[in-house]
Amino acid sequence: MSDAGEEAVVAAYKSDPWVRLAPWVCTIGLFVVWEIAVRVLGVPYYILPAPSSVAYAAYEFAGGLAENSLQTLWTTVAGFLLAIVFGLALGLFIGWDRRIYAGLYPLMIGFNSIPKVAVVPILVLWVGTGWLPAVLTAFLISFFPIVVNVATGLATIEPEMEDVLRALGAKKLDIMTKVGIPRSLPYFFGSLKVAITLAFIGSVMSETVAANAGVGHMMLTAQANFEVPLVFACLIALAIEGIVMYAVMAWLEKRMTGWAHRSGFNR
Amino acid sequence: MSFVEIADVALRYAPQGGAEGTLAVDGLSLSVEKGEFVAVVGPSGCGKSTLMKLATGLNFPTRGSVSVAGRPVKGPVSIAGMAFQNPVMLPWRLTRDNVLLPLEVVQPHRRQMRARKAEYQAKADALLASVGLEGAGEKYPWQLSGGMQQRASLCRALIHEPELVMLDEPFGALDAFTREELWCVMRDLHAQKNFTTILVTHDLREAVFLADRIFVLSARPGRVIKVRDVDLPRPRPLEVTYEKQFTDIVHELRGLIAEARQ
Ligand SMILES: Nc1ncnc2c1ncn2[C@@H]1O[C@H](COP(=O)(O)OP(=O)(O)OP(=O)(O)O)[C@@H](O)[C@H]1O
Ligand SMILES: [Mg+2]
Repeated sequence: MSDAGEEAVVAAYKSDPWVRLAPWVCTIGLFVVWEIAVRVLGVPYYILPAPSSVAYAAYEFAGGLAENSLQTLWTTVAGFLLAIVFGLALGLFIGWDRRIYAGLYPLMIGFNSIPKVAVVPILVLWVGTGWLPAVLTAFLISFFPIVVNVATGLATIEPEMEDVLRALGAKKLDIMTKVGIPRSLPYFFGSLKVAITLAFIGSVMSETVAANAGVGHMMLTAQANFEVPLVFACLIALAIEGIVMYAVMAWLEKRMTGWAHRSGFNR
Repeated sequence: MSFVEIADVALRYAPQGGAEGTLAVDGLSLSVEKGEFVAVVGPSGCGKSTLMKLATGLNFPTRGSVSVAGRPVKGPVSIAGMAFQNPVMLPWRLTRDNVLLPLEVVQPHRRQMRARKAEYQAKADALLASVGLEGAGEKYPWQLSGGMQQRASLCRALIHEPELVMLDEPFGALDAFTREELWCVMRDLHAQKNFTTILVTHDLREAVFLADRIFVLSARPGRVIKVRDVDLPRPRPLEVTYEKQFTDIVHELRGLIAEARQ
């Protein structure tokens, strides 16, 4: 089933193919303009390499690039999965009762306002360098939005709904399973898009500081060796990885909580 | 003993911050007979919603006693159905499943939910049809208009055949025509099932049209300052609202509330 807005977009696709082509046109256009600008203005490759030399570097180092991308992918996903498990658990705990919510919310905000890059040295101190600090940074940075969203979904149940059920003798657990948890799912799945992006930032950040593998590490090495086109190739690899992960989460959100989109819930 | 007995009740809400908690009602006494339809009117903020929560066991009096169906209220009464100004439907459930929600909570239905699912669903559909919502059970609540959602919310309040129905300004957010339509729906449901009803409303015509007796509350802290019997014969057609006898009662109530607001 699709709603009116979706249908409108689909209709626009059908009647106007440019709507569908626009993202591709813009992306390809960007690279073309970049290529031409670099050539015409004669920008030295160590300042800004042309896309063609970036592509060549990517081809040349394809093996290493793939290996390091996979490394970054798995540390990101590992941290992200940890964040889902702990984020859900803590979110449910915090949202269970308004008093817990009130008590822990400021702490959470305080924790979240610490720039996570400042945590990396501490993590290195505790667990050494390598993949572990990358996973932990990804986890630390991405679990907060999950907690907050799940807790908010639970804590903002309409009081009337609670009254209707409580007057019937419903226990807290009934209210949570029948109302609170289904209601917090759109918040949860919505937060995954943000969380995966943050997890990615976390793992790359940690890789550039304290790792010997991963795209972040590769970038740093390339920069030290003055392989500027490779630095850019890494950057583009990161962008592609980021977009793919975001798209997967956006798709999942849509799949799991279609009712929220269709009903205009929480808008 | 009456079906609902509220005797000399006071309720003070818990203090927030430094300020003293609000004394919402004080010296509130009223009784409602079984099967009776009463309305509660009064100035805004006088404790009408508080009265609802007292009678359903969602809140407990600071002083005085509340009893329902002959038993002192020590917790949620479980025999009440409630509807509010805001229909609060769950958007991920079909309208029918929203209506069925109380059956998933109260015994013995809760136990039998799985075994008697088809029967319960048929019952929900029949109830929806009786308020003019044939076929709406298959739709999501957000596909219904405000008035239709409010009808569905009435069905949810009635599905478990409660002995006590509590309505807190249920028609407050509707346009005049829909509202009058729903008055008639409510009138017919009450005539048919004869549950005891307490209706809180700001609309005096609504109170006079639907109720057997009307309690007028004072400004906060609320207490009953007048009990007005409505001796219009039943069944009441909508036209009764234009008769002198009807409008006289409305005017009388209006005067009382204007006075209470001072
Ligand atoms: N949960 C609460 N905590 C603290 N004070 C409350 C609470 N609920 C209501 N009050 C206070 O108690 C008083 C009575 O509230 P209540 O909701 O019963 O009024 P009401 O008659 O239903 O008003 P209205 O006609 O506007 O709906 C108000 O002053 C309100 O601020
Ligand atoms: Mg109220």
